[in-house]
Amino acid sequence: MIPKSLAPFLLSSFLLLISVLLSIAIGSVFIPLPDVWQTISGQAANQTFQTIIWDIRLPRTALILLTGAALAGSGAAFQGLFRNPLADPYLIGVASGAGLGAVIAMSIKWPYSFFGLMAVPMAAFAAGMLTVFLVYWIARIGQTVPTTNLILAGTVFSSFATALTSLLMLRSSGELRRALGWLLGGLSLGGWDAVLALLPYVLVGLALLSLSGHALNLLQFGDEQAQQMGLNATRAKTFILIAASLTTASAVAFAGIIGFIGLIVPHIVRLWWGGDYRRLIPLSILGGGTALLLADVVARVAISPQELPIGVVTALAGSPFFLWVLRRSKNEGYW
Amino acid sequence: MIEIKNLNVAYGARRALKDISLDIESGETLALLGPNGSGKSTFIRALSGVVPASGSLRLFGRDLNGLNAAARARLIAVVPQTVALPPAFAVWETVLLGRTPYLNFLGQVSARDEQIARESLQKVDALAFAGRRVGELSGGEQQRVLVARALAQSTPVLLLDEPTTHLDLEHQIGLLELIRRLAREEKLTVVIALHDLNLAARYADRTAFLVGGEIRALGATKEVLRPDVISDVYHWPVKVIQHPFIDAPLILPDIK
Repeated sequence: MIPKSLAPFLLSSFLLLISVLLSIAIGSVFIPLPDVWQTISGQAANQTFQTIIWDIRLPRTALILLTGAALAGSGAAFQGLFRNPLADPYLIGVASGAGLGAVIAMSIKWPYSFFGLMAVPMAAFAAGMLTVFLVYWIARIGQTVPTTNLILAGTVFSSFATALTSLLMLRSSGELRRALGWLLGGLSLGGWDAVLALLPYVLVGLALLSLSGHALNLLQFGDEQAQQMGLNATRAKTFILIAASLTTASAVAFAGIIGFIGLIVPHIVRLWWGGDYRRLIPLSILGGGTALLLADVVARVAISPQELPIGVVTALAGSPFFLWVLRRSKNEGYW
Repeated sequence: MIEIKNLNVAYGARRALKDISLDIESGETLALLGPNGSGKSTFIRALSGVVPASGSLRLFGRDLNGLNAAARARLIAVVPQTVALPPAFAVWETVLLGRTPYLNFLGQVSARDEQIARESLQKVDALAFAGRRVGELSGGEQQRVLVARALAQSTPVLLLDEPTTHLDLEHQIGLLELIRRLAREEKLTVVIALHDLNLAARYADRTAFLVGGEIRALGATKEVLRPDVISDVYHWPVKVIQHPFIDAPLILPDIK
């Protein structure tokens, strides 16, 4: 008998496994599942399959999985932090800020790496953090940060950063052409290098967020009650804000602007399994990987042999969902 | 006992509490009365350490200002107003959160924490709906859950911020009967901000009137709830008679 509390994790992991297999199997060349399994377990005969899987499909799958996990995990944390079901890395401007940072780093031709860390993600992270603090500071009134202010400031900041990004890209002719595809979530920076560079940021960020469930639960009662129950609310919020921004910014740096994953996945998890952040964050991480992998499969097959940018798929599916959440949270207040 | 000396709180330029000095005896129930904006809630917030306050706050001789949030939450628990509780939380989870000052950052609970949470729910007679969501409960039930959460903090001091404001008559009396019983059984020191003078008359050992952030009157409830004091505080004439059924004053607003 499986303990009731484990069931959501088993189901989420199972769904993730299926989407990983689909992501490896489906593409311009279809690889049957038995061949996928044989290749990965190292007993394959087919050299073509081996190349496709190890050099193309697997790194792409890993990158998408990490990105989806990062976006959904940080989305859940942002929603908890701001106590708003519509908070999402994109709405509060972190993602656009990080995107601007990355494009600036590309346009001034920074060295590829500092101290073994890639420069572009570092710039994205710094700009993302800066955006969060600016938005937070602008939205703040005295001791409180009204959510409407936060979303408004985030949206305005987001537009501003996006405009600056476009400007930078228009001014530079050839060099930044690839940045456009990347910004739309084209994942053109693929390969194992990108996976390995992204891995530490995302793992650290998601680990920190997974530890923050109890603090986020307390913060749902408001900073004041959280403090009266013994939480250092300011310190906890800063900690979570940094961890979530780190996670978002690293995903943006490698995968570009992919909207709505951070909004949809935590919502479905909350709907099915409740709002306890100790479970919500890890389940969103698993679900985020699954959702983005499925979106990527759709992006690959929808207008085959061409490929849709994955950000287009998530936006097409996500916008109606966003409106539905908006209406629902207004009518039912289940949040 | 709680010794408060020269407590000052300011929100920007506005001084919300001015040089409050007050001793609260162990085991007593002190009612805070006063008009809207007189500083009742601010007093509770200052005692629980969520607004910056100057002055000296000592509990059993210990300086409260030097304590971190967790240490303070092991001494003082607050029952807030029920406005805007996160509705998706289960009652059981909500009460377990009261154990936070004894837990690590991850919030891992032990069997003992669960035992204390269960006992707390039992004390407020809410064990029956431990599995339900907070959003499904009535105002009175939500308030009892918040009392249970405060009890789970196992503190000697309990602060209540206008806990009866959103409750009907039955739940107002029910809640304050509960608080009185708990205060006796658990030997709690209780500070309760109230709007209803007659509830204070009935349940408080001592009463303090706050006006404009200052103590206007302080003493045994029967002695403080006098027509001249009340009229002075609320700018309305009142009559005070003996309650026909219990040993308490009964305050009746007069015709101006």
